Amino acid sequence: MARQKPDPAAAKPARAGAAVAMTGLHKWYGEFHVLRDINLAVGRGERIVICGPSGGGKSTLLRCVNRLEDWQRGSVVVDGVELTADPKTILAVRRNVGMVFQQFNLFPHLTVLENCTLAPIWVRRMAKKQAEELAMRFLARVKIPEQAHKYPARLSGGQQQRVAIARALCMSPNIMLFDEPTSALDPEMVKEVLDTMVELAADGITMLVVSHEMGFARQVADRVIFMDDGQIVEVNAPKQFFAAPQHERTRLFLQQVLR
Amino acid sequence: MAAIADTPVLYVRTAPAAKLPPPAAGSGFIGWLRVNLFATPGNAILTLACVALIAWAVPPLIRFLFIDAVWSGPNREVCLASPAHPEPGACWAFVRVWLSYFLYGFYPIAERWRVDVFFAALALGIAWLGSISAPRRDLGAVYFFIVLPVLSFVLLYGLPAIGLAAVPTNLWGGVLVTIVVAAVGIVASLPIGILLALGRRSELPVVRWLAIGFIEFVRGVPLITVLFMASVMLPLFVPQRLEPDKLLRALIGVALFASAYMAEVVRGGLAGVPRGQYEAARALALTYWRMMGLVILPQALQVTLPNIVNTFIGLFKDTTLVFVVGIFDLLRTIEAARGDPKWATPVTAGTGYAFAALFYFIFCYGMSRYARGVEARLSRGGRR
Ligand SMILES: Nc1ncnc2c1ncn2[C@@H]1O[C@H](COP(=O)(O)OP(=O)(O)OP(=O)(O)O)[C@@H](O)[C@H]1O
Ligand SMILES: [Mg+2]
Repeated sequence: MARQKPDPAAAKPARAGAAVAMTGLHKWYGEFHVLRDINLAVGRGERIVICGPSGGGKSTLLRCVNRLEDWQRGSVVVDGVELTADPKTILAVRRNVGMVFQQFNLFPHLTVLENCTLAPIWVRRMAKKQAEELAMRFLARVKIPEQAHKYPARLSGGQQQRVAIARALCMSPNIMLFDEPTSALDPEMVKEVLDTMVELAADGITMLVVSHEMGFARQVADRVIFMDDGQIVEVNAPKQFFAAPQHERTRLFLQQVLR
Repeated sequence: MAAIADTPVLYVRTAPAAKLPPPAAGSGFIGWLRVNLFATPGNAILTLACVALIAWAVPPLIRFLFIDAVWSGPNREVCLASPAHPEPGACWAFVRVWLSYFLYGFYPIAERWRVDVFFAALALGIAWLGSISAPRRDLGAVYFFIVLPVLSFVLLYGLPAIGLAAVPTNLWGGVLVTIVVAAVGIVASLPIGILLALGRRSELPVVRWLAIGFIEFVRGVPLITVLFMASVMLPLFVPQRLEPDKLLRALIGVALFASAYMAEVVRGGLAGVPRGQYEAARALALTYWRMMGLVILPQALQVTLPNIVNTFIGLFKDTTLVFVVGIFDLLRTIEAARGDPKWATPVTAGTGYAFAALFYFIFCYGMSRYARGVEARLSRGGRR
């Protein structure tokens, strides 16, 4: 799809080859057409924020990138690998795609550190000690190294979500998916998580973020995508998106969330 | 500012409210009685009825089991009514004389140390795996599920190559058989039950149908029937040459039966693990088996541990049914011993059954306490 960049400064130039390319993607839940003709190319290092009304298919779209959801028509290519039903391909893609969920989904029976080392040890086959050092580095980056030996239930929501981010980063992913990472948080904890994400964005990792945090979108997004009713309705640079939305539905939506 | 100052203030605290200790719950013993036992007339009636019930049932029991009991003696004479002892109680002398038979059956006396080693090894395994704070419980699991079964087989059945004479299973009996049947049922039913539970939730229809078919069939049939089937029908499937012995057939029957129940218990635990846990595990590129083994099952089993132990308790008591296929478990050895004319008295049977009841009660109550302890500990541990 054509990438229009009215404000060239808003978008980082993408290196050769897309990080994620979705072409003619359709998905149905039974009779319900949840994704309709999705075409989207995300450049390497690009930061995309997806917003839109509830039930619009944002989560579903995001979950197609690591094939937590499958689809009936179209293709998804991640880092040059086309996702098929083949389990090996799926695992290969998932190794390079980190995901952060609205409900954190930390493993409650493992300590914070064990949450972070689980996949490096069992998927990357890293030695335990090395994995722990790596995990401590990322826990320090999200500013909670001192919680490493606690169980997740003992942490606040904001801390849990930062652990979830560290857990995903421990796999050294090329692409990070965030599905409403701050929606389940109390207001005073939203900032600490967003700050972590802003720092991450500065590192040049490819990010797809479903979020209604318009301040965040303005600050870090290269492009903002508006989804409604299973379709991509508008793709725009953030400045343009907030100042002069092109589509009628975008305008209506922004009126509601920015009021 | 002036305009704001004019509006009436609704409330401003001037002095902090004092922090007080909680009020005393009741005053002393009388207060406790009043609150807990005699709070209302209905409550009081219930209390009195219960006290009456206890007063009616417990003293005769204590008199029979302890006060009037005969603790030692050479034969039935000591347990018969006599002018000195008009109403004889439990004849523990009988149990003492027959105790080694109750424990080992006809296991050769010279080899009984092997049974004792087996009991000790089993106790070690249970303590290791059972206590949450024990070191290296992963090794404990290997010991319990792999080393222990092999060790037990070699010890109990014998391995002439290393100097342990073979002891055919028809000589085994009593507590030994009861424990072997229960332990095999428990050790086999957990892994098989987990596999069946996973199969039941599988996305592959054939696997799912097989698992459902097996679980529902076994659960729809009484254990006695399963035992009869295992003992009569197994030989039809297995080559004559390998005809499995009687105890082995019963063990297979018990293991299959227990597995089907365990599968349902595990399934309940699996259903309690939120979808997000599966998604997080899959998003981290864990394979199906790693996801299950590292993320889903530990949570499912932890949640459902009390139910698992309940199933074990049920299984432990159900092992008494193996007598229907001619195996001498504890209850059967007592049955056999009470027919001994040397000890024929009116109280012999009652004593034997009291002994069996005590044995089963100690084990089952122990398991039940253990389950509750673990539950309390997990909820205190702040894991959820
Ligand atoms: N497993 C499912 N089966 C059937 N319908 C589903 C399923 N999952 C989602 N849907 C439906 O698909 C639609 C899109 O869901 P999705 O979660 O992608 O929306 P969303 O844009 O993320 O909304 P929200 O902002 O509420 O998270 C919704 O109408 C939802 O009800
Ligand atoms: Mg969503």
